[in-house]
Order: sequence, then C-alpha cells, then structure tokens
Amino acid sequence: MAVTGTQVSPQTYLRSLSRWHPIEIIFWLSTLLPFWLFPTYLSLASQISVAALFALSLDLILGYAGIVSLGHAAFFGIGAYSAGLFSKFVWGEPFSGLIVGAAAAALLGFASSFIIARFRHLTLIMITLGLGLLLAEAANSASWLTGGSDGLQGVAIWPLFGIFKFDIYGTTSYAYSLAVLFVIFLMARRLIHSSFGLALRGIRENFVRMPAIGAPSREHIRKIYTIAAAMAGIAGAVIAQTTQTVSLETLDFQRSADVLVMLVLGGAGRLYGGLVGAAIFLIARDQLSGIAPQFWYFWIGILLVAVVMFLPNGILGGLSALLARWRTR
Amino acid sequence: MLPPVIGVLFDGIAYGMLLFLLSVGLSVTLGLMNFVNLAHCAFAMLGGYVTVVLMNSLHWPFFATLPAAFAAAALASVVVERILFRRLYRASDLDQVLLTIGIAFISVAVAAWFFGTTQQPIDMPAYMRGSFNFLGLNIAVYRLFLVGVGIAVLLALIAAVDKTRFGAQVRAAVDNQRMARGLGIDVDRTFAITFALGSGLAGLGGALAIEIFGLDPNFAFTYLVYVLIIVSVGGLGSIFGSFAAACLIGISDIAVKYYVPELGAFLIYLVMVVVLMWRPAGLFGRR
Amino acid sequence: MTPDVFTSKDAIALATHGLTKSFGQLVVARDIELSLPVGARYALIGPNGAGKTTLINLMTGMLAPNAGRIFLGDEDITTLEPQNRVRRGLARTFQINTLFAGLNPLEAVTLAVCERRGIAAKFWQNIAVHKEAIEEAYSILVKLKLGDCAYQPTRELPYGRQRLLEIALALATRPKVLLLDEPAAGVPQEESGDIFEVVAGLSDDLTLLFIEHDMHVVFRFATHIIVLVGGAIFTQGTPAEIAADPGVREVYLGTRKHD
Repeated sequence: MAVTGTQVSPQTYLRSLSRWHPIEIIFWLSTLLPFWLFPTYLSLASQISVAALFALSLDLILGYAGIVSLGHAAFFGIGAYSAGLFSKFVWGEPFSGLIVGAAAAALLGFASSFIIARFRHLTLIMITLGLGLLLAEAANSASWLTGGSDGLQGVAIWPLFGIFKFDIYGTTSYAYSLAVLFVIFLMARRLIHSSFGLALRGIRENFVRMPAIGAPSREHIRKIYTIAAAMAGIAGAVIAQTTQTVSLETLDFQRSADVLVMLVLGGAGRLYGGLVGAAIFLIARDQLSGIAPQFWYFWIGILLVAVVMFLPNGILGGLSALLARWRTR
Repeated sequence: MLPPVIGVLFDGIAYGMLLFLLSVGLSVTLGLMNFVNLAHCAFAMLGGYVTVVLMNSLHWPFFATLPAAFAAAALASVVVERILFRRLYRASDLDQVLLTIGIAFISVAVAAWFFGTTQQPIDMPAYMRGSFNFLGLNIAVYRLFLVGVGIAVLLALIAAVDKTRFGAQVRAAVDNQRMARGLGIDVDRTFAITFALGSGLAGLGGALAIEIFGLDPNFAFTYLVYVLIIVSVGGLGSIFGSFAAACLIGISDIAVKYYVPELGAFLIYLVMVVVLMWRPAGLFGRR
Repeated sequence: MTPDVFTSKDAIALATHGLTKSFGQLVVARDIELSLPVGARYALIGPNGAGKTTLINLMTGMLAPNAGRIFLGDEDITTLEPQNRVRRGLARTFQINTLFAGLNPLEAVTLAVCERRGIAAKFWQNIAVHKEAIEEAYSILVKLKLGDCAYQPTRELPYGRQRLLEIALALATRPKVLLLDEPAAGVPQEESGDIFEVVAGLSDDLTLLFIEHDMHVVFRFATHIIVLVGGAIFTQGTPAEIAADPGVREVYLGTRKHD
C-alpha cells in the first residue's frame, strides 16, 4: 500500500510500496486452511501450489517484463525430468533435487535468453513456441532417457528430512509444495521491489524509452528470463517429487497454454495473479472434468473471451478497480 | 522411370498445397492488420464440417460442397469480425492471442457437441479415389487435384492482388496503413473483405483436407501450429511467401516421415526457429 | 549564408560528417554536416517532413545511417547502440511523449538515475536502499517543478507536466549533449512558459540542439539556427542572418507561429 502526499520523503514513499498489506497476510494464512477444512483434497492443493509457482515464474517475464511466451513449459519439464532422473540415478533427497531442477532449467533459460532477448511481438511468440515444441519433440524421441510416452520410471524420492514420506494422502506433498511456493514467492517479491524490478516495469511500460535512458534492456531481459526459468524448473521438480512420476505432459504445449491462461485469468503483473488464477483454474477443472471434457473447453473459451473483453487485468485487476471505485464514492 | 524421391516430392507438394490454402488467409490478414488470429483454423474446421453435413445428410456431390464450405467460413468470419475482432485491432499481441484462442476453444467444444469426437468420413466420388501410374510412380488422383487447386488459387490471388484495384488497396494497406488511410483507402473495409476471403479459403482448405487429414473437433488446433509456422517463415502479408513456405514445410514433413521418421516434427520446428532468427519478418516478409 | 568559424578554443561536443539515410528511393537525410560546439544553443528548424526527427534518430542510434559518421566529442559513436550513446552523454527527448505511463515521476526518474549509476540490475535489495539515487531523482523533479506530483502515476499528469517529465528523464542521464524534439509541442500557452524557463536554466556546459516550430522561441533561445529542407541542410547561421534570408522565407513560408 502506498503512502501518498508530498510530506513523505521520497525514500520513505518508495519503502512504503513494499510494505505487507493485511490482505496478503490473510491470503497466506488461508493457504493453511486445507489441512483442516479439506484434508481429502491435499493432493489437489499440492498441484495448485505447483501451478501457482509456475504461473508466478511466468508472471515475472510476462507481467513484469512483457515477454509473451508460449513455450514456458520447457523449463517446467526440464526441472521435472532433471529432478526425477537425479533421484533415480544419484540421490533421492528432495531439497537437492530442487537445486538440480533449478540449475538445469536455469542453464536452458540462460542459453535461450540470448535468442529471446533479440526479438519482439509475433516473432518472439513464435520463437518461444518453436523452442518449446522442439524440446517436447526431443524429449519424446529420447525415450531411452525420458521413458517417452510411458513416462519416467523409477523416480524414487526419499522422505522429507528422512521422516515425512510423500504418500497418497498428500499431507507431506502439500506442506512441501506450499513451503517451496512461499519461499520462492518471498524472493520474487523482493525482486519486484528492487531497482531491477523497476527496470523490468520500465521495459514493460515503454520498451522504446529504455535505451533512451541508457538501459541495457537485452541484458535485463536475459537476466529475468534465466531467473524465471529457474523458478519454473523448481516447480517442475516439486511436481516430480510429490507425484513420484514425470511424463511428457510436463513440457508440452498444453501446459504452456494452461499456465498462460491461469496467469491472465488472475491478472498479470500483480504477483498474486498467477496464484489466484491457478487456484481458480484447477479447482474449476477438478469440479467440471467429471462432466465431458468438451464442457471444460467451452467454458475456458468463454472465460478467455470475457477476460479479454471485460477484465483486461484479470480477476485481481477487476477487484482492484472495483475497490478504487468503492473508495471514491 | 522416375526415382521414388520424386514421388515423395510430389506428395510433399500436394500436402503443401493444402497447407497453403489453410495459411494464406492468415498471412495476409496478419500483414494487413497485424491481428493475430489463432482462431483461423477454426474457420477451416467449419468448412470441413459444412462439407460433411452437406454430403452425408443432404447427399450433395463433393464438388458442390466446396463453394458452400468457402461461403460458410467467409460468412462466419464476417460475423465474428464485426462483433469481436474489430474491437481488438489496437490491442496488445497477448490480448489478441488470448481472445482468438478462446474462440478456437469454443469452436472445438461446439463441434464436439454436435458431431462427437470421432473422425468424420466422407465418400469421395470414385474417380477421385485411386491412383494412376506415371513414369513408374504411383500418383494419387486426389493429390494431383490438390496441386491443381493450389496453383489455381495462387495464380488467382496473385492476379487479384496485382491487377485489380482492390488488390492495389490491399498492397497499399499492408505496406503502410497510415499512408493508405491518408490516401482515402477504407482500410477497415479492405481488411473485412480480405479477412472474409482468407477465412473462406481456409474453409475450402478444411473441406479439401478431410480426405488427407481427416476431420475431428481438434482440427482447429492440430494444424494451427503448422499454419503459424508457415505464416512466420513465409513472411507476413506475402502470398507467394505462404506458398513457398507451405511447399517447404510440406516437402520437409513428408520427406522426414518417409526417410527419418524418428525425427518427427523436430526438423520443422528447427527450420522455423532458424529462419525466424535469420529473418524475423519471414523469408518474404516486409517488416 | 555565413559559414560557422570556430576558434581552436571551441571544443566540438557533437558532430556529423556526411550523414546519409534513405529508405529505398526516399532520401531522408542527405550528406548532413554539422558541428555543435560545447555549450551551444542551436535550433533545428524546417518544414514538416524535412527530416528533423529523423536526424535526431540517426544521431541517437535509433536509425542506422547508410553513410557518414557521428562524433560525440572526440569519439566516433556511429556504430554504438543507443543506450551506449546515452551512457557517453548524448540524451534526447521525444516529440510525442514516450513515458512510462504506469510509473510515477519519482519511479521513472529514479530508474533513469539507477541505470546511469549501474545499479539497476540489483535484484536483492529494496529500491529504497539506494538513498543517493532517489535523492538525486527527487531533486531533478523539484528543479523541474514536478515535486508535488512526484507520486502520481504518469498517465494522470496533465500534458504540460508530462512534457516536463520528458526533459527530466533526459536530464537524469547527466548528458553532455541534449537533443530536444519540440519540447513544448502541444502544450497550452499557460504551461509552455515553465518548459522554456527550464530550458533557459540549463547549465552552460550542456550543449543543446532543439527542434522547434515556434519562431519566437527559436529567436529567444538560439544562438545559431540550422534550416533543414528535404533531408538536407538548406542553410545555417545566426538568427539575424536567417531572419534576413529570403530563401529561408520562401522555403519555410514565412515565420508563422505554430499553435
């Protein structure tokens, strides 16, 4: 929440922009509710945490730096496969698996960032799509490594801290994925309120103006792309570890499209948009998928059209606009 | 005796012709208005289903359904353009992508609702099926027909763009929209007509594709990727670019399927990424 | 036309030699030779479409020339990317507001200052930690009379204030040479005074080249005028010489004030 008025010194003002809002505290406290209120839904809750983290990583490049990516699942999948393979061949300890997933995804992100940073608009969208598809094809072909369409076999994750097993009840899974989400979220929040976060917003707000103030936009883009890739890789690693399986779905186009929808639904550029969007998307899909799958597609289609036409800043954007209007009554 | 590689080439070109019909409309409308329409293949799907309904329920002959497929897709596109797309010409890339993907999702769901999720078979007239022998190669009659249609459409489009006043208006608007408006060209009307024509061609492509690709509700997405690749590689706003890219992609895909099937679509995606990095506006693109 | 004669004491802040740019058959810059001595107050005038903004785009690197060289001081900057030219002291403002609509003036200018200080890439520390950068940004805003709206989103600012912010952003880069593209364009009469006060108050070390249509402004601020027509320098000289030049009057259709 910002403090306005010129009595406040500029430094104090900028510091106030990063203060924790009470709603944020309520939000995070409510993520603990499923343990008591929905104990049978903990695996779904765990999935939502993973998707939320994935959507958060996309928010950093899309909501803050303005890079539209149709291939972000590449990093999710790389993280998942790396963590899975690491547990199969080396060590099943979960936290080290996270590091491996992050590192692999960061490496791929860094390499592709050199390409990504050079292009804009449709060309960029197509290149992200193409790179994502390339990786998916490669993973499919390399079935000796990935298990192909059967999925990766032999993922063996050790119990957390040696005690808590990742079982079907999902308690450990949800606690683990929620904790990872929270920690990474804190880091992302810090980044957004740093001078680098300001630079990213500058890139999104006016790409042309950035070089005119001496900003090396391409370097900034490469940096955030790598960071976002690492975060997506961590999300992928978590899903591999909590479900003890990795399939080709983790890097296919459908997943890239789904995370984009989740983020836009919640509202990009607001840090919490991806989290809210992921929750709504997955809960709705869980409830509606019992009925025919086409039903789901229909409603997602309607939703997308509605969001673009009526809620351009997603649900959170709509809520904050509503709040602003209520305040000025 | 022609070597089998010529047969592969011919099959690839026939495949490319189909892709050309599906892509050229998107290429021109993208070049004209920079409007990213990912629902383009949904119009193709509509054309396909129109043909299916006309042939299977109303027993129309195949060739009679083709103009109907064209017209239905064109008409549908006019309606959608007027109600929705028109408001988003100045919107961001992302908004256009999301809106048109939403339309595509809706069309997939609607198609599944009415026609189910299985493939729709149609009965080709007997003289269209089968193949004949040409210098030792097995040439499928239908593929030859496709090549003919493709070339005819290409020539008709190039003639229309080069020789008619409307074509000149399209070229002017693709080249420099602001200047075209300044000269008094009604760019919005030009775009609406071009959009209808492009969608109509997609509908025609969808109808013709039933025999080669089959038709199910996922058609709207299955070929969208290839269409996007052709449009990006060929260059936005370039008719000849679409033609060249479609042939390139068609031949590559068939050749890979024939000679190195393990590669899958890898080569196509690689070609796209490499071409876009080398020429971001596509091989024949302007911007 | 009186050729400019520089004594050897005058250092040249910005110079172009044979700068040429064409788009196919359309030549937008024709063999441009100009020299701005340090501390100069030069005006660039010419009819619409003469290529004035194009020349600025060429000098700042937003457009690549087909031929010619650009020198900032002693350094050949012809092949440098735009942000690197800014880092060496060449800044510009835009004719059409090119601002960060969603940021407020404090954020925008702080960003510019952080980029200049090379601390914009730090992602672990809160921005409030960079005290000196923030204070520098705020002082620029105050100097340009933007202090009281510093926390308001840019898109909510009145047009005249936005034009001032344009200049503030450029000043935040601590330029040695500043290219102003119609700084008061579209600003209502009541507010344009502020802008010219700012321009007048700029340091004497700062070299200024400004594009302007309003001849009153030109005669008030400029010590030297360059007339650009059809992409080429038609003539240049002191204001008195230009005012007396019949050729200029003919080509420029008199000294009509732009409103």
